[in-house]
Amino acid sequence: MWFFDSPLIVHGEDALSYLERLEGRRAMLVTDPTLVRLGHAQRVRAVLEKAGFAVGQYDAIEPEPGIDDVRRGAAALQEFGPDWIVALGGGSVIDAAKAMWILYERPETDPESINPVEPLGLRAKAHFAAIPTTSGTGSEATWAVVLSDRAAHRKLGLGSREDLPDLAILDPGLAAAQPPRLTADTGLDALTHAIEGFTCTWHNDFSDGLCLKAAQLVFEYLPRAYRDGSDIEARTRMQNAAAIAGMGFGNAMAALAHALGHALGAVFAIPHGRAVSLALPYTIEYALRGEPDSTRYSEMARFLRLPCATEVEAGHALAQSVRTLETELDSPRSLRECGISQAAFIENLDLLIENAYNDAQTVTSTRIPDRKDVRRLLEALFEGETIDF
Amino acid sequence: MIPVLQGSNADSKEIRMPVAFPSEDWVKALMESINNSPSYAEAGQGWEYDVFFIVEPDGAVQSQIIYYMDLWHGHCRDAFEVNNQPERYKPVFRFSARAGIWQKVISGKLDPMQAMLTGQVKVKGPMTIIMRNVRAAKELVTCGTRVPTDFYV
Repeated sequence: MWFFDSPLIVHGEDALSYLERLEGRRAMLVTDPTLVRLGHAQRVRAVLEKAGFAVGQYDAIEPEPGIDDVRRGAAALQEFGPDWIVALGGGSVIDAAKAMWILYERPETDPESINPVEPLGLRAKAHFAAIPTTSGTGSEATWAVVLSDRAAHRKLGLGSREDLPDLAILDPGLAAAQPPRLTADTGLDALTHAIEGFTCTWHNDFSDGLCLKAAQLVFEYLPRAYRDGSDIEARTRMQNAAAIAGMGFGNAMAALAHALGHALGAVFAIPHGRAVSLALPYTIEYALRGEPDSTRYSEMARFLRLPCATEVEAGHALAQSVRTLETELDSPRSLRECGISQAAFIENLDLLIENAYNDAQTVTSTRIPDRKDVRRLLEALFEGETIDF
Repeated sequence: MIPVLQGSNADSKEIRMPVAFPSEDWVKALMESINNSPSYAEAGQGWEYDVFFIVEPDGAVQSQIIYYMDLWHGHCRDAFEVNNQPERYKPVFRFSARAGIWQKVISGKLDPMQAMLTGQVKVKGPMTIIMRNVRAAKELVTCGTRVPTDFYV
């Protein structure tokens, strides 16, 4: 038994106008200060007001939100009493808004205990719409909630199937304002979702096609979106890729690159997409040296028209394609290139190992490293060395 | 009968005699498999909780069977069938499923986390602890797959 979950997805030019069809009385717009400054929040407010909503606004979401941020946001929801929560932003905003939604409906919930096993009974008070302004996390199409535990320097992978958005609006006009660095980081996040969703142990027939298509779209359109942010076709296809990859990995799972990326991101404040994609080619090489026939890179490589005569050749071709794309996007390919000093790396290595080893997404990898191998992987990532163990 | 482990590398030790599941012998064999697993010793370092594994009636299993396991920092300190008065025990976690579901989990055909996510294995206990210890859960099940088993389900 397994599930396939998806929100209603409205995509393409002018998709934002779909908000006019929502039925309700009070909508809380959850966003961040940058999107207020860019005027995007006002655009969304205007559509909601046109639809007859009384609109509240909570725009204090910071990047990599933590438990306290979510509690403050939930208090604002309690005060306003919305019947729609509209999250406008990147993964940080959407993830925070999901957690706020849960606390709004279930105030007694400890955010750290949000889990996919115990029922929450959401939607008694409000429905949830997500409007992504970046093209990468896919949070608009998943029930994943990633929060930061800043005190412990770790990421909390939370979520319940109930917190899947009811509606995702992919309006390419909203993504056009992303600066190139954000475009690259978030786009590489989508690629990591696509590749790990396809190759993790929880892959399934429903998620496979989504992951393949998303990977293809990222390889083709991310360089264009990075070079020319006003390329509306590239922006549109990358928005699609992010949501499709979100549905792909969200209905399967991610794997070791995410486990390493979560650990790195929490300790060194590396943006999520940069951290997971940095780890991706190393984890592909590591998986290739696992149990024979445990990986499925040739199937993906064939679809992407990469060399795929053998599984090993396909895996290396895929890893090399990721590295080539990273180079094209001026993205770092090692922790050293991220600006992490050797002293800082060594000082934090034990914490990194512990957090990556215990990350829930380590166990859905086809090859599951012990602590010794996690250490070797991290050391290779630091130096930018190919995995040969 | 408790089967005998053999082999030089503890994680690759195999148990010679098939053991019936469900039975107290089986849970004792699982305990031995756990205590011979360096992988569980490593993954279970943060787990210090006792559990009930509850086998609900299904097929040849006519009535509910409860197994108690005391899992402590990478080792299993005790494991036995709770024959009567289960209320005397207050385990932190209770995992329950039909016998056929346990069979799938133990034979490696059903991922334990997916079984919990889909409600096929029901959990009572603090989920936060489980979410932080999925690695231990995975290794625990791997230990179960190493017990050669005759299923009477």
